[in-house]
Amino acid sequence: MDGTIVANYNIKDTLLGLWDDNSARICMNDSARIKELRKESIRIFAQKGFPNTKQEKWRNTDLSKMLNHPYNFPLEPDLENVDLNEVFRCDVPGFETYMVAQYNGWFIDRGNQLKQAAEGVIVCSLAEAFVKYPRLIEDAFGKYAPVADNSLTALNTAFARDGVFIYVPDNTDVAETVQMVNLINATDGVFLQTRNLVVIGQNSVLRLVQCDDSIDDHIGFINSVTEVVLADNARLDHYKLQNKNDRSALINNIYFHVGAGANLSTNAISLNGGLIRNEANVTLNGRGGHADILGVYLMDRNQHIDNQVFVDHAQPDCTSNELFKGILDDHASGVFNGHILVRPDAQRTNAYQNNKNILISDKAVIDTKPFLEIYADDVKCSHGATVGQLDSEAMFYLRSRGISMENARMLLMYAFAAEIVNKISIPQLQLRIDDLVKKRLRGELSVCDQCVLHCNAKEQKVAFEIDMSKI
Amino acid sequence: MLSIKNLRVSINNKEILRGINLEVKPGEVHAIMGPNGTGKSTLASVIAGRDIFEVTEGEILYKGKNLLEMPIEDRASEGIFLGFQYPVEIPGVSITNFMRTAVNEQRKYRGLDPMPANEFLAKMEAKKNLLEIHAKLANRSVNEGFSGGEKKKNEIFQMAMLEPALAILDETDSGLDIDALKIVANGVNKLRRPDNAFVVITHYQRLLEYIVPDIVHVLFDGRIVRSGGKELAIELEEKGYEWIRAELV
Repeated sequence: MDGTIVANYNIKDTLLGLWDDNSARICMNDSARIKELRKESIRIFAQKGFPNTKQEKWRNTDLSKMLNHPYNFPLEPDLENVDLNEVFRCDVPGFETYMVAQYNGWFIDRGNQLKQAAEGVIVCSLAEAFVKYPRLIEDAFGKYAPVADNSLTALNTAFARDGVFIYVPDNTDVAETVQMVNLINATDGVFLQTRNLVVIGQNSVLRLVQCDDSIDDHIGFINSVTEVVLADNARLDHYKLQNKNDRSALINNIYFHVGAGANLSTNAISLNGGLIRNEANVTLNGRGGHADILGVYLMDRNQHIDNQVFVDHAQPDCTSNELFKGILDDHASGVFNGHILVRPDAQRTNAYQNNKNILISDKAVIDTKPFLEIYADDVKCSHGATVGQLDSEAMFYLRSRGISMENARMLLMYAFAAEIVNKISIPQLQLRIDDLVKKRLRGELSVCDQCVLHCNAKEQKVAFEIDMSKI
Repeated sequence: MLSIKNLRVSINNKEILRGINLEVKPGEVHAIMGPNGTGKSTLASVIAGRDIFEVTEGEILYKGKNLLEMPIEDRASEGIFLGFQYPVEIPGVSITNFMRTAVNEQRKYRGLDPMPANEFLAKMEAKKNLLEIHAKLANRSVNEGFSGGEKKKNEIFQMAMLEPALAILDETDSGLDIDALKIVANGVNKLRRPDNAFVVITHYQRLLEYIVPDIVHVLFDGRIVRSGGKELAIELEEKGYEWIRAELV
C-alpha cells in the first residue's frame, strides 16, 4: 500500500514523521490559507499529543489502549480489493436515498448522479472538491472546527484529504435523503482521518444520514471531523448511525454552525462500538436559530460510549433542546457531558438538557455531567440527569399480565429508547431504526457484514414477540 | 379453585398476614373488607406473586397446584388476574401492544398460536363495548396521564381481555366517582360466569351495592376474624370496624 507506515507503538511520533515525509503531497491542492492551517494544526498536535485521562474532558474515556497498536495510515486510496457490487448493496430497501460510500476513508465514485445536480447541488468527494470547487472549499474548510483546543481535530485537519463534500445552494430543498456510508475493511487495522464538509445555503433543506459500520471484526481507529454550515433559515435533519465492532474506536467531532432562523436536528444512534466518542459542537450564531440534539445509545459487553455536547448560544432568541437516553448492560460504560454556554448578548435564550440512563447490570457505569454557563439574565435553562434500573413496579405489572420476564424487560427497554426513535422525522428511516433497536435489544444485532441499514434487508421484518408494529 | 391455608407473610421482618385461611370455589364472589393497614393488599399481592414479601408459613393451592412456587407470569397464564389498587404508568408502551403481548404470551403458555391482528382488534372493540368504555385507549401509553377513574376502568378492560379464572380486585373502587364505580361494577357483573371467581377487596360497603358478594370476610390485624353472607357487609357499614375491634378484645 503506497504511503503506508507501520507505527512502532509510538503513534504520535509516527504521525509526525508521516507528516514530515508527506506534507507536500498532503497539501498539494491547498490554498495558502489551508496550507497554513495544516501547519498550525500539526504544530498543535505535536505540542498536545493525544488526549489523556488527566484532562477533564477525557477523564472517563481512555484512548491509550486503542492507540497502542501498529496501525496503517493510508495516504492514498487502495481500492484494489473493493467489490463495488458489495458496496452497492447497501441501499436501503423502500427508502429512497442518494448513497455515497467511503471505503477505508476514501470516497468511492459509484457513478450515480444526484437528481438535483443540475440545480447546483453538489455531493462529491472532498478531495475532488479541493480541485473542482476551490472557492467553496476556501470559504468554509477549517473555519468552523477550531484546532486550538482539540488535538484530535488538529490531527485530522493536518492530514485530512478525503471524505464527503456537500453543497446546497440557496433556496433549494434537496428531495433525496443523502446517505453517507463509511465502511472500514482492513485486516491490518487502519487509522483514518476522515473529513466532511456540508454547506447548506439560505432557506435550503437537507436530510443527511451518516452511517459508520465495520465490515469485519478488525481493529480500527477513525478520527472523523465534520463541519456543517447552516446559512440563515436553512434546515438540516441529521442522523448518525453507529454500528462498529468491539475493536473499533470512533471519534466523531461535528461542528454545526447555525445561522439566523435556521433549524438543526441531529440524532446520534449508537448501537455497537468498542469505543465511541461523539462530540457535537453547536454554535447558534444568528437570532432565532434552533437546535435539537438527540441521542440514544445501547451498549453492552465492554463497550464504551461518550457523548459530549457543547451548545454555544452566541445570539439572542435561540432555542436548544438536548435529550440523550442510554441503556448500558454487562461491563459497558458511558459518559455524557452537556455544556450549554449562554453568552452575554444571548437574551431570551431557551435551553433544555436531559440525560437519562438505565443500567441493567451492576457492573455497568455512567458518568453524566450537565454544565450550564450563563452570562445573560433573561434566559430559560434547565437540565437534568437520571440513572436508574428497570422499574420493578412496572416489571411486576407487566408480568402479572402473563408477560415473561425477558419480554417485560425488553418492552420496558424498548419503550425507554422509543422516545428518541419516535423523533426521527423520516418515516422509512424511523421504521428501519426501530427494527434495529429491537434487534439490538434482543441481542440479535452484532456487527453487520454490510451497511448497518442493510443488515436485515433480506430478512423478514423483525418479529418481536412483542409486536410493536402499529396495528 | 383457590385454597389458602394458614398463610403467614412478612415484609422486613414485620409480620403482616398472621395465618390466613380462605377457600374460593368457581362461580363465587368473595368480598374482603377491613380497615386500612390490615393486610388486604398484601394478600392480593402475594397471590399474584409480588416477591417483596416473604411467606414464612402456610400454602396457597390454585387448581391443585402450589401457587407459591410459580413465577408471576405463569400464575397469570394459569388464570389469575390482579386488578391493581395503584395501576402503574408505562410510558412508551401502547395499550394495544401491551394487551396483544399479554394475550399472546398467555396463549403461548397454553399451547395456542398467537391471535391474528384483526381478531385481536375486534376483541378489543367488543370488550370496550361490553364494558361501555368509550375512551380511545388503543394508542395511548399504558396508564400514562390517565385519571384515577380511567386507570381503574383500564384494569377492568384488561381483565375482560385476559378472561381470568380468578380475578382479585384490590380496592378497585377507591377514588372512583359514582359513574366510574358503576362501570367497574357492571364490568364485573357482566364477566361473572359459573366457572370463574372474584375476590373483591374493598374498604367500603358502597361497591357491594353493585357487586353482590356470596361471602364477605373481615380481615383484621392479619387474620380473617369473621366470615358471613352479604348482610355482614351491611352490618359492618352500620356499626363500623370499631364493632369488630371491640368484640375481639
